[in-house]
Amino acid sequence: MDRRTFVAHTGLAAGALWLPVAAASHRRDPGADRKSLADAALNAARQGGASYADVRISLYLTQSLGGRERAIQTVSGAESYGAGVRVLVGGAWGFAATADVTTDGLVGAARQAVAVARANAALQSEPVQLAPTRGYGEVTWRTPVRRDPFAMPVKEKAEYLVSVGDAALSAGASFVSFDLDQVSDQKYFASTDGSYIDQAFTRINPGFSVTVVDREKGFAERANLARPVAMGWEYLEGREQDGIVTPAGTLVWGASYDMVADARRAAADAKEKLSAKGVEAGTWDLVLDPSHLWLTIHESVGHPLELDRVLGYEANYAGTSFITLDKLKSRAFQYGSPLVNFVADRTQPGSLAAAGWDDDGIRTGQWHLVKDGVLVNLEAARDQAHILGLEAPQASSFAESWRDVAFQRMPNVSLQPGKGSLTPAQMVAGVERGILISGDGSYSIDQQRYNFQFGGQVFHEIRNGKVVGMLKDVAYQANTQAFWNKVTGICGKKDYRLGGSFYDGKGQPSQVSPVSHGCCTTRVDGVTVLNTARRTA
Amino acid sequence: MSAIDLSEAEARALLQRTLKHSRAEHCEVSLRASARGNVRTARNAVSTAGLNEDHVITVTSRFGRRSASASGNQLDDRTLERTVRAAEELARLAPEDPEWVAPLGPQTYTAVPAAWSDATARLSPADRVGLTAPGLATAKERGCLAASYLEDNRSVQARLSSTGLFGYHRSTAAEYSVTMRTTDDTGSGSAAVDQNDVTRLDAAAAARVATEKAVASRERHELAPGTYPVILEPLAAAELVSLLMFALGARSADEGRSPFSKSGGTPIGEALFSDAVSLRSEPADPDVPGTPWASDGRPHAAQTWIEHGVLRTLHGSRYWSGKKGVELPPPPSRYRMDGGRGTLEELIEGTERAVLVTRLWYIRSVDPRTLLHTGLTRDGTFLVENGRIVHAVNNFRFNESPIAMLQDVQALSAPVRADGSMLPAMRLGKFTFTSVSDAV
Repeated sequence: MDRRTFVAHTGLAAGALWLPVAAASHRRDPGADRKSLADAALNAARQGGASYADVRISLYLTQSLGGRERAIQTVSGAESYGAGVRVLVGGAWGFAATADVTTDGLVGAARQAVAVARANAALQSEPVQLAPTRGYGEVTWRTPVRRDPFAMPVKEKAEYLVSVGDAALSAGASFVSFDLDQVSDQKYFASTDGSYIDQAFTRINPGFSVTVVDREKGFAERANLARPVAMGWEYLEGREQDGIVTPAGTLVWGASYDMVADARRAAADAKEKLSAKGVEAGTWDLVLDPSHLWLTIHESVGHPLELDRVLGYEANYAGTSFITLDKLKSRAFQYGSPLVNFVADRTQPGSLAAAGWDDDGIRTGQWHLVKDGVLVNLEAARDQAHILGLEAPQASSFAESWRDVAFQRMPNVSLQPGKGSLTPAQMVAGVERGILISGDGSYSIDQQRYNFQFGGQVFHEIRNGKVVGMLKDVAYQANTQAFWNKVTGICGKKDYRLGGSFYDGKGQPSQVSPVSHGCCTTRVDGVTVLNTARRTA
Repeated sequence: MSAIDLSEAEARALLQRTLKHSRAEHCEVSLRASARGNVRTARNAVSTAGLNEDHVITVTSRFGRRSASASGNQLDDRTLERTVRAAEELARLAPEDPEWVAPLGPQTYTAVPAAWSDATARLSPADRVGLTAPGLATAKERGCLAASYLEDNRSVQARLSSTGLFGYHRSTAAEYSVTMRTTDDTGSGSAAVDQNDVTRLDAAAAARVATEKAVASRERHELAPGTYPVILEPLAAAELVSLLMFALGARSADEGRSPFSKSGGTPIGEALFSDAVSLRSEPADPDVPGTPWASDGRPHAAQTWIEHGVLRTLHGSRYWSGKKGVELPPPPSRYRMDGGRGTLEELIEGTERAVLVTRLWYIRSVDPRTLLHTGLTRDGTFLVENGRIVHAVNNFRFNESPIAMLQDVQALSAPVRADGSMLPAMRLGKFTFTSVSDAV
């Protein structure tokens, strides 16, 4: 039974509608209440001596379903409602958050934030500088969603996931686990600049892992090849035209995703992997599918170009960067080959970091980070814009929840398509000895973003322009700058696809942020490949 | 209303008030409340700092084999009832779970008094600045830039079910970590300490250690990748040993997809590691107090996981225990690895040649069949020869399995608290570095 047949048999129209936990509450659409609450906090901050203040009142809804084989084991919904107040007093930041979303609660949080800022000012060596921005008045933005996953029967979603498990097991998987996370974040931002920004974000994150066990050969795994998006359930409608077959025959996904079909193929891939040839360690040319390359972009481009890392603000946790302000100012730092263009963009539909305004109240936009291979810009939050001498601040600020202070976070960073119309098949035809990699796997990079190692999900050997079979135990290691300077081909824009993560971690206390990375199939020559197999214990 | 200061009786009353709304066959209500304060510094100044306080009520409702959870963070009666209704509605719509097990009845939980400290609970913004300031002063004296993080929290957990299970636990924690970088960007050192009782937290000493490492690592010598004897300091060891603890799952072993899978059973009782390796857990351990109960409500009890290199116990769920007819404990919340008597310095003095590793970074699974992981060294990597540190060396990427590395343990220091557990510094005979990292 395929997914469409399965769904047709479930009688979904009669299914009860799951009301989100907050649906019956006034908090689902608090309207003008939030403005007056925000004003009370902003006024209290001003009275406490704040030269600037902002408040975020957020209702964060999540729903998660998970299970294994043909059973759903976890169904959970969560609601978190609260407010965070950030103030600038004496040139120092202070922040306090409360779940008590009343006038008293917000005024109390504003006063606490002022007390924190005053205590911190004693250790401040230079005052925080905020780039000027205009107030936007009362404005709104929301993720474009055709089918709200929070307004769907949970039964339909559960049955869809069960069909994913069924597809994998029917195709020969020994085990399969699956999950689906959905987020609705209603975020209201107000600042002493005169902005009152009401935004609603919807995100969806499907995933699975298939295992095939063989008593003789051991076991092999394969995970999903599609990534989370800022869309509704329409993403999982899996339109046929959005399924793309790579030159190795691997089925990958574009604007929508058929998780059931992917699970079926995953079982077949895992079985094949058990008997696949172990890769010969050495130097290979790589052809990297977007289902894989997004993560390499994230780690080796998105992160090192964050200004707070460049300056040392993340030295104690996420690390610093091999990029320096001198390298930026030289306008001669060759980050990649001349084919390589990276653009930061928080406006792309479906991308996880898409927003109308960031959490500093700055209007989102696009800007080049690397142009024709040369480093031309970085990612900065409002209180860092002066360091780059920017005329207008970038929108690169984000807070995970009302509990968390906003700070510089990665916008969507994407590799621009090649200028021609090269297809993946044409690219493979030009490779003498290479490996085609699909899906993201193991990933690791040093704290200054020089040395990285990536695995994948599915690996195929290319010999004399043809795919000749599956490989296993593949991981590649490289230096970031050397790697991107070895890019010798980027497919045309018809091949452009998004990958991304719900869980990009940074900061102390650690916060996660959602972010996407787009790219086309890309060729990188002469990369060191390891064989990761070891004897068993 | 805030839940962070609720006494046991008040927490029970709040949970009873929630439970009375239940119409399910079984219902469990849990509370988690926390209050956190933090100060973060970078470049020798405060970068961010804040306070937050929150609480979450989670309701799990069951109808036969169907169950679901809903949670919220507002404590008024209307919201509590709405949360219960949402859990019930989800549970009715959830498919039956073939791995359902009967709800637990009343349990006896170990008291964990060492988990709470009044001193930690009373910390003010000025106290946090006071704990942070010595690190900044040390950095300025020695020509370094300090990036540090101080966080303290107090939390309350309670759970109550319609079958009479009740538990209440409160805890505090304080942690300080610091990375010092020399102003010329050629040296980096780090240290981290954590305690439940902030009066035992020596942030100033940690800052001095990190500074010494930063200054000592300025002149780095090249060392080629390869397989070397290593000394892992306790923080570095904790990262890898924790991965081993997590991998001791009975189900994946029984299902043939774990490094502990074995045809016809599991290798329990077999010597898989060096004789020096013993791993234990005890919820009331005064040095690393854990939680009284696991997430499924089972009490944590004292366990020996590995004893003199012999695998003694795997962990597992109640369902898997029932299916296999064996008593499998839940995974521990904290653990302790036995060690020797000496200090790290004495371990170094007894070493002929090894790479000394301060800290590991970005560790990710590479091969679940062997528990092979990759990651990097950072913030202080040195060469030890003839009993002393001779110079700093470049950082490395490693590809190594915690199972394989614990099969050649040459010496252990006395255990110290590191990242919430007790671990010794360890000298290992073989550790594989596969490439050089240029990172400082």
